[in-house]
Amino acid sequence: MTDIERAAATTLTPRPSWDYAPAPESTDIVRLQDSYGLFVGGEFVEPKSGKRFTTINPATEEPLAEIAEAGPEDVALAVEAARSAHDQVWRDLSGAERAKYLYRIARQLQERAREFAVLETMNGGKPIKESRDVDLPLAAAHFFYYAGWADKLEYAFPGRSPGPIGVAGQIIPWNFPMLMAAWKLAPALATGNTAVLKPAETTPLTALLLAEVIQEAELPPGTINIITGAGETGAALVESGVDKVAFTGSTDVGKRIRRATAGTAKRLTLELGGKAANIVFDDAPLDQAVEGVINGIFFNQGHVCCAGSRLLVQEPVFEELMDKLKARLQTLRVGDPLDKNTDVGAINSRQQLRKIEELVASGIDEGAEIYQPECVLPERGFWFRPTLFTGVSQSHRIAREEIFGPVLSIITFRTPDEAVEKANNTPYGLSAGVWTEKGSRILWMAERMRAGVVWANTFNRFDPASPFGGYKESGFGREGGMHGLEPYLQLSP
Amino acid sequence: MTTEARIPVRRTAKLFIGGAFPRSESGRAYEVFAKDDRSLGWAARASRKDLRDAVKAARAASVAWAGKTAYNRGQILYRVAELMEGRRAQFEAELADAGAADPRRGVSAAIDRWVWYAGWADKLAQILGGANAVAGPYFNFTVPEPTGVVGILAPLDQALLGIVSRTAPALVSGNTVVVVASEPHPLPAVSLGEVLATSDVPGGVVNILTGQVAELAPWLAGHMDVNAIDVTGAPDDLIPELETLSAENVKRVHRAPDVDPFDDAAQSPYEIAAFLEYKTVWHPMGA
Repeated sequence: MTDIERAAATTLTPRPSWDYAPAPESTDIVRLQDSYGLFVGGEFVEPKSGKRFTTINPATEEPLAEIAEAGPEDVALAVEAARSAHDQVWRDLSGAERAKYLYRIARQLQERAREFAVLETMNGGKPIKESRDVDLPLAAAHFFYYAGWADKLEYAFPGRSPGPIGVAGQIIPWNFPMLMAAWKLAPALATGNTAVLKPAETTPLTALLLAEVIQEAELPPGTINIITGAGETGAALVESGVDKVAFTGSTDVGKRIRRATAGTAKRLTLELGGKAANIVFDDAPLDQAVEGVINGIFFNQGHVCCAGSRLLVQEPVFEELMDKLKARLQTLRVGDPLDKNTDVGAINSRQQLRKIEELVASGIDEGAEIYQPECVLPERGFWFRPTLFTGVSQSHRIAREEIFGPVLSIITFRTPDEAVEKANNTPYGLSAGVWTEKGSRILWMAERMRAGVVWANTFNRFDPASPFGGYKESGFGREGGMHGLEPYLQLSP
Repeated sequence: MTTEARIPVRRTAKLFIGGAFPRSESGRAYEVFAKDDRSLGWAARASRKDLRDAVKAARAASVAWAGKTAYNRGQILYRVAELMEGRRAQFEAELADAGAADPRRGVSAAIDRWVWYAGWADKLAQILGGANAVAGPYFNFTVPEPTGVVGILAPLDQALLGIVSRTAPALVSGNTVVVVASEPHPLPAVSLGEVLATSDVPGGVVNILTGQVAELAPWLAGHMDVNAIDVTGAPDDLIPELETLSAENVKRVHRAPDVDPFDDAAQSPYEIAAFLEYKTVWHPMGA
C-alpha cells in the first residue's frame, strides 16, 4: 500500500478514483425467443394450465420473454415422462453409456459457455465476470465430474449394491441458476435416476437454454424435464409422484417441504439457508483477509446461502481491518452486470430488494451503525449499496437472520473460544471462514465449527469434487464429491 | 437351629438421566408384565419434563463425548460389552420374562453388537471421509462428525438386542442419545442403563426413558435441541406426525431397514452414517 493509499484508507475519504471505460459484454450471442414452453419428454410443449408469466432483466426491469407456468396437470405429465424414461430406458442403460450423455452435456456447456453466461447475467443480475468465470465453468465441471462416476458407483459404497431411486423432483433457487441445475441434474442422472427440474421463477432462462443442449446431446426424451413456475409449481412437484425431492432454497420453504413429504417415504435432501461466520484472527494476512471478506459477502450481491454474512474480528485488528474494509468498499464497482468491470450487480428481484431493505432498516432501528460507500446506482433496476454494520449485537436481527444481500454484520471477539461460541450461535450451519497464518489454529477452529464447509484463508470456493451441504437447519444431504451420490441411490445389502 | 428364608431385595426400575437414576418427576409408573402375565413390578412412566431433562443431559455431555479420541470411545464402548457379559444371567432372565425364544442367543448377539460397533470408532473416517482432489492450491478433505443429540425409539420386540442395535451405532461416532425403551418390555433397557452407569460411558451420553412411546415420541420429534431421531421403533401410523414435527428444526429422521436383528445385515457402517454430518475443510497450501 502506498502512503497515499494508507492516508486515504485511514481518513476514510474515497481513494482517488479511476474512471473505467465501459466494457459491456455484447448480448448478440444470446438469441431469445418471445416465449418458452415447458420441456417435457424431450420437447417444448404448451402448458395445459394456459398460464404464462414474464421474466425480466433485474438490472433494467425490461421484459426478456414469456414463460410457461406449469400447473398440477403439467407437473404430472412431466413426472410421467420422467417415469417412463426411467423405466424404459435410463435405468437399464449401462453406467458407461449414461456417462457419455453427461460428457456430451459437459462439453456442450463448455462450447456454449459464453452464451449461457451472458444469458445468466441478463436474467439474474449477477456480474458477467462471475457468470463467465465461476458459474459456467463450475456447471460444466460438475457434469464432467459426475459423468465419471456413472460407471464406478459400486466402488463408492463398500458392501452395498447401489441402484437408482427413480424420478427426482428438483427445485432450485435463483442465485446460481445454471450451477444449481448442474448440481442437481448431474448426480441424479449419473446414478440412473431421471429428473423433473423446476428452476426459480425469476431465473428460468438458462435452464430453458439447457433444454436445447439436452436436445442436442440426444438424451433419451424424458430423462430430464424442465418445468417453469413459482412456488405453487414447486409445491405441486413435491406432492407429485416423484420418488425423491431435492431442494435448494430458504430454510422456511425447506421446512414446508419436509412437512409436505412427511409419511410419504419420499427421499429428501435439503440445502437451505445460512448465516456464516467469517472469522479473522489477529495474525491473519489482513490484505488477503479483506479480499476474502469482500468476496465472502459481496460475491453475487450476497445472494449466496453460504455467504460470510457475519464477520467476526479479533479485537486487536478491528480498527485496522475496518479501515481497510471501508477503503475497499469505496473501490467496488456497482452497476451494469453486463459490464466486465462490475463487481456488484443487480439485486435479483424487487421482492428480494424489499426484504434486504427491511432487514437493513431493522439493523438501524436496533442500534447498529451502518456504513455504505458513495456510489452512483443506476436509475432503473434493483440495486443495493454494499453495506457494513458495526456495533452489532448477537441478538440483532441482522446477526441472526439470513439477509441474502450485500450486507455484512460485524462482531468482535477476544479469544478463540469466544469466536467458536459466537460462530456456532445460530440455528444455521452451512459454512464458516477462518483467517489466520497458523495452520494448527485452522484445524482447531475447523474441528469446532458446526458447519458443513469450512474455508481457511479463502471463502466461497467451490469444486465438483468437494462435498457441500449443511449442519443443523441449513439442511441435510451433500452435493458434490462422492458424498453427493448417496442422496440419489438406494443401497441394498 | 432356625431356617430363615431370606427376603430378596427387589429393584425399583427407574429412568436413567445424566448418569443418575431418578423416578419420573411426574410420579407416574406403569406395571410391567411377563409373557405369562406375571407382574414383573413397575417401571417409571416418563413425562415430557423427564424427556427434556434427558435432552439437556445429552446436550451437556455432547462436546466432551464427541471430543474424545476415537480410540478412547471405542474402548469405552467395548467395555460395555465386557460388563454385559458379567450380568448375562440377569439379562437372560429378563429376556425370558419378555418371552424371547432364545434368551441366551439374544444376550450374546447384543454383546457382540457392542463389540462390532466399538471397533468402528477409529475406522469410520477412513471409510466414510477422505481427501478431495479440487482444482486449486488447497488440501480439501471431508470428515464425518456426529450429528449431535439423537433421539431413539427402540424397537418394541427384541428388548435388548433392539436397543443395543440402535444405540451403539449412534454413540460410536460421538453422538449422545435419549432412548425410549421398548414399552412392553422395558426392564432389559433399565438393566442396560445400570450397566452403562458402571461402565466408563460418561453420565448423560446415554439417557434411557421408559414409558409410553406414543406419548414420548412426538415430544422427542418436536424438541428443538434434538438433532436427529431414529424412528425404527415407532409404529407406522406415528411416522407422518413424527416427520412433520421433525421439520421444526430440520431434524434428520432415520428408520433402519427391516431385517432380522440377528442377521449380519442388521449391523452396518451405514447405520452409523445415518447420524453423521460431513464436514469439508479447505486448507490453504503454500510455501
